[in-house]
Amino acid sequence: MAANKILIVAEHAGGALNPSTAKCVTCARAIEDGEITVAVFATDGSSVAAQAAALQGVTQVLQIDNAANGHPLAAVLAPQIAALADGFTHVFGPSTTFGKDLMPRVAALIDTPQLSDIMAVESAHCFRRPIYAGNAIITVKVPADLKIVATVRTASFEAVADGGAASVEKRDVQVDLPTHTRFVEISAASSDRPDLQTARTVVSGGRALGSADGFRILYSLAEKLGAAVGASRAAVDAGYVPNDMQVGQTGKIISPELYIAVGISGAIQHLTGIKDARTIVAINKDAEAPIFEVADIGLVGDLFALVPELEKQLA
Amino acid sequence: MAKILVAIKRVVDYNVRIRLKPDGSGVATEGVKLSINPFDEIALEEALRMRDRGAAEEVIVASIGPAETQQQLRTALAMGADRAVLVQADAGAVVEPLTAARTLLALVEREKPQIVILGKQAIDDDNNQTGQMLAALWDRPQATFASTIELKDDKATVRREVDTGLETLEVDLPAVFTTDLRLNEPRYVKLPDIMKAKKKPLETVTFTDLGVTPKQQVEVSHYEPPPVRQKGVMVKDVAELVGALKKRGLV
Repeated sequence: MAANKILIVAEHAGGALNPSTAKCVTCARAIEDGEITVAVFATDGSSVAAQAAALQGVTQVLQIDNAANGHPLAAVLAPQIAALADGFTHVFGPSTTFGKDLMPRVAALIDTPQLSDIMAVESAHCFRRPIYAGNAIITVKVPADLKIVATVRTASFEAVADGGAASVEKRDVQVDLPTHTRFVEISAASSDRPDLQTARTVVSGGRALGSADGFRILYSLAEKLGAAVGASRAAVDAGYVPNDMQVGQTGKIISPELYIAVGISGAIQHLTGIKDARTIVAINKDAEAPIFEVADIGLVGDLFALVPELEKQLA
Repeated sequence: MAKILVAIKRVVDYNVRIRLKPDGSGVATEGVKLSINPFDEIALEEALRMRDRGAAEEVIVASIGPAETQQQLRTALAMGADRAVLVQADAGAVVEPLTAARTLLALVEREKPQIVILGKQAIDDDNNQTGQMLAALWDRPQATFASTIELKDDKATVRREVDTGLETLEVDLPAVFTTDLRLNEPRYVKLPDIMKAKKKPLETVTFTDLGVTPKQQVEVSHYEPPPVRQKGVMVKDVAELVGALKKRGLV
């Protein structure tokens, strides 16, 4: 029997498993002598459970179908996860807004501390995580007799590949569920562009774009590159783009192969969100902008001339 | 009438570029400016606006920290909170989120607020846990990462900033809310308010008074700087940029 039994809470929407789950599996696989179970909470989780069962390294998938699990409400999911966690040594969720909302509620019900944003596994009870917006990395250790609840920093782990064949088991979790929290709606900015958190290439704009209209040149470049579009907090606060496009400490932490920062000065909280990008390109009219300190390739000049020119030359 | 409890944390000011102690034992905080965690300032602002709209009659601001945390509580009183409670911890003591949540629960049981608001995370430890843990221990709703909160009778409708857009929840009160950046813009403190704040009540209690035993369960063994990115190259025009991207196989 494995010494470490790791339960991963699957994130999913619209019948599709979120790639953050496959990244949690990679993190869990770094724990020695471990056995990985994925839990899927849904109204009917069959399709998501099948996707989770196909992930390499997963031994078992638990499918907990309940009408109350239609939308992921922390207050409803947490008591079910706490009940399910019996017999597991670790309970992991992704460090997305889903996991950040949910996992501390689970930890408190289990009466155990949570480790947020784990970015590296040192051993089954020792991990590394960022603090101060990523300006310091700490090594944290939890006593072996405590269950570990953690959120996994998705930008630090590659998604595990398919090729597994775990068993799927339907499980009935008998706990009282609260009705004090009700889902009303979700308004997603619908877009045909690739998802910001999983895209290979991301083009991002800052306040220098000047308006919602100014972002058009980025959308056009992104289309040519097959890229997702992000934004700095300044551009979101100015109302040029919706909040779900924000990249940074309080927005999305991403790790694309190529990140093109256009008209972004490079505030520390923005840089936190892009540190794991393989290659960073910066285009800015201010040669002194801090973004150039982290950029692999920098180009100084007027973005309204350079971006269309770049798009043209990529033809 | 309803009370609102706001929890604030004293942290290294967000404008300070932090330095690590050379021996890796922690972050250098001596002589560094300390302030109210920015997300908690937003929480306080929201509570004050709720009270000023007549949705509550009293805003109580609480913090857990060393004696010096009184400075941040005085600032909160100057912003407009009615009274303050400091749960005094030993200087240098580590207060983990679970202990903070238990302590806040004890205050909740004493004060019986309709609403508890705190920042979604403190910008020092970036844990993003305390609000959710409090809601769990209290067995009440949580609405985290709020960008708008509307109160009506004994319910609240909250819009939350989530990865896929904006989610709306309806919760029964009492409930715990945690704030995101776009909820509001906190007011500036005016000089006359600082004078007035000196006369407002600021109570100091201990963990023992509240029946809480602080636990430190997570051992932090080492602090290190993040890996540094290598200095890149500057290109002179778009053609050179495209060349560099092609060379790296990125386009």
